[in-house]
Amino acid sequence: MSSTMIDLFLRSLWETVLMTGASGAISFVFGLPLGLALVVTDRGGIAQNLWVNRILGGIVNGFRAVPFIILLVALIPLTRLIAGTSIGTWAAIVPLSIAATPYYARIAEVSLREVDRGLIEAVRAMGGSRWAIVREVLVPEAMPGIVAGFTVTLVTLVGASAMAGAIGAGGLGDLAIRYGYQRFETSVMIAVVAVLIVMVSALQWAGDRLVARLDRRVA
Amino acid sequence: MASRRVKDDKMNQHVGALASNGAPAAGAGDTGEPVVRLVDVRRHFGPTAALDGVSLTVGKGEIVGIIGRSGAGKSTLIRCLNGLERPDSGEVHIEGREIGRLGEKQLQPLRRRIGMIFQHFNLLSAKTVEENVALPLKIEGVSRPERLRRAAELLELVRLAGKAKDYPASLSGGQKQRVGIARALAARPALLLSDEATSALDPETTRSILALLRDINRQLGLTIILITHEMEVVRSIADRVAVIDAGRIVEEGEVWKVFADPQSDIATSLLQGIRPQLPAEIAQRLSPTLGSEAVLRVDIAGEAALGPLLADLGGPAGAFRFLHGGIERVQGRPVGTLFLAVPSGEPDLSRTVEFLTGRGARVEVLGHVFDND
Repeated sequence: MSSTMIDLFLRSLWETVLMTGASGAISFVFGLPLGLALVVTDRGGIAQNLWVNRILGGIVNGFRAVPFIILLVALIPLTRLIAGTSIGTWAAIVPLSIAATPYYARIAEVSLREVDRGLIEAVRAMGGSRWAIVREVLVPEAMPGIVAGFTVTLVTLVGASAMAGAIGAGGLGDLAIRYGYQRFETSVMIAVVAVLIVMVSALQWAGDRLVARLDRRVA
Repeated sequence: MASRRVKDDKMNQHVGALASNGAPAAGAGDTGEPVVRLVDVRRHFGPTAALDGVSLTVGKGEIVGIIGRSGAGKSTLIRCLNGLERPDSGEVHIEGREIGRLGEKQLQPLRRRIGMIFQHFNLLSAKTVEENVALPLKIEGVSRPERLRRAAELLELVRLAGKAKDYPASLSGGQKQRVGIARALAARPALLLSDEATSALDPETTRSILALLRDINRQLGLTIILITHEMEVVRSIADRVAVIDAGRIVEEGEVWKVFADPQSDIATSLLQGIRPQLPAEIAQRLSPTLGSEAVLRVDIAGEAALGPLLADLGGPAGAFRFLHGGIERVQGRPVGTLFLAVPSGEPDLSRTVEFLTGRGARVEVLGHVFDND
């Protein structure tokens, strides 16, 4: 590989890391509270409000139903508003975050729902407020699942960021399509795929390690 | 103020002890404000009544067992006491305060006066033992060093001082429940609710947990209400028992009295497991009329059971046989059930029954057998 190619490769790697990291962080910050809201407002939840629950659920389903490539294009006006441009890596972070947030909200929701109701009752019985239940029970008890789900979300984002090439965001996936697929440079294709495999494996390994450290449910 | 409370509790305990040694138990509620007073509490789930007009008073320092089968309404009842469940109608007074109509926010400080322990312990898996115990204090806003100091003190009390930094998953069932008890006591409650707290434990662990609750009741003068489906639990710890069936209290009284002379079918059937029963091989041979011997069931309680009953019985009954049964102690009172085979000819049988009834026993002729069987 030429030195230009290596530069391109490194730049693409950085773009993928940036897109995955930034949109992952944003989806965590917004997705976890959204998942929490879905759980607590549901029937039998600690802040039951079925109307709010249905509206939130509908919004989440709506965003999740739209194929990412469509969302990418449909969100261009919003992207321009937030990022100031509709092309490039930073522009891609907007639709990636918007797609990943409801995705992660649903994953977090599943983990939060699995928290034993007896634990919630115990904290209610000791005079805990709803906030105390969220802070002392729901989030800490669901933490292994919350982290495992976040790992899944990050891995999905690595894949989704390849599509962001459509709006000129760059990244490894885009590099593989333009050089490997369209110009028949098989070596680039293989190198990119190898790096992606290493990246995904490293993410998964780190996530699993963290989950194992957090999980105190078995001795 | 705290020392004042302790003094009151000691006094009440003294009164409680007196009551169980002679005077009728009616006194518990008369010694000042009862800790719990329920008046005609009703709670429906759809068409079924979980609680169908329950009234109950529990005095300071008492241990009251609420027993019933699953689905009898006992869980709903205990949850009404800390507002986890709201009655449809009726009054729930805790330390003189009506809580049935209070909002969630107003209930929160009140619940801190009420500890609760659970069948499945409900310890937070992500927190260490000491953090679990300290949690009620954290919720109350007590500073971290202060609450950890209190947690250490409580873990000492439940003999788990060495486990402070461990996570609950590494503990045995009995140890988990000890942590549950320590946690329930952290905020110095006036009342402890036990929701089937020993139902998931083996018999030996159950005994040690009940002994711990008894100690705590004595040391701290803590009022305890426990729900259970096991008479054994009631026998080993409670002063008073309320039997609940289909949402109603069908029987209530001092434990030894209910043991000696259950009035309701449900109490009788709940007692079957732990009271002597006529062995099946004898029951099978019973005939309603024919036989040379009558088989009697003799229930006897109190001091009468301790006298030379069987020796004296030899006179009127002649050659009787002791088939089965025994005398045990409930709340320090002898309570006996004896199965005797006595000659069934008249007037011997009538004389025997008369003699036993005269000694304060309850006698039932179960049937007849031939003595050479």
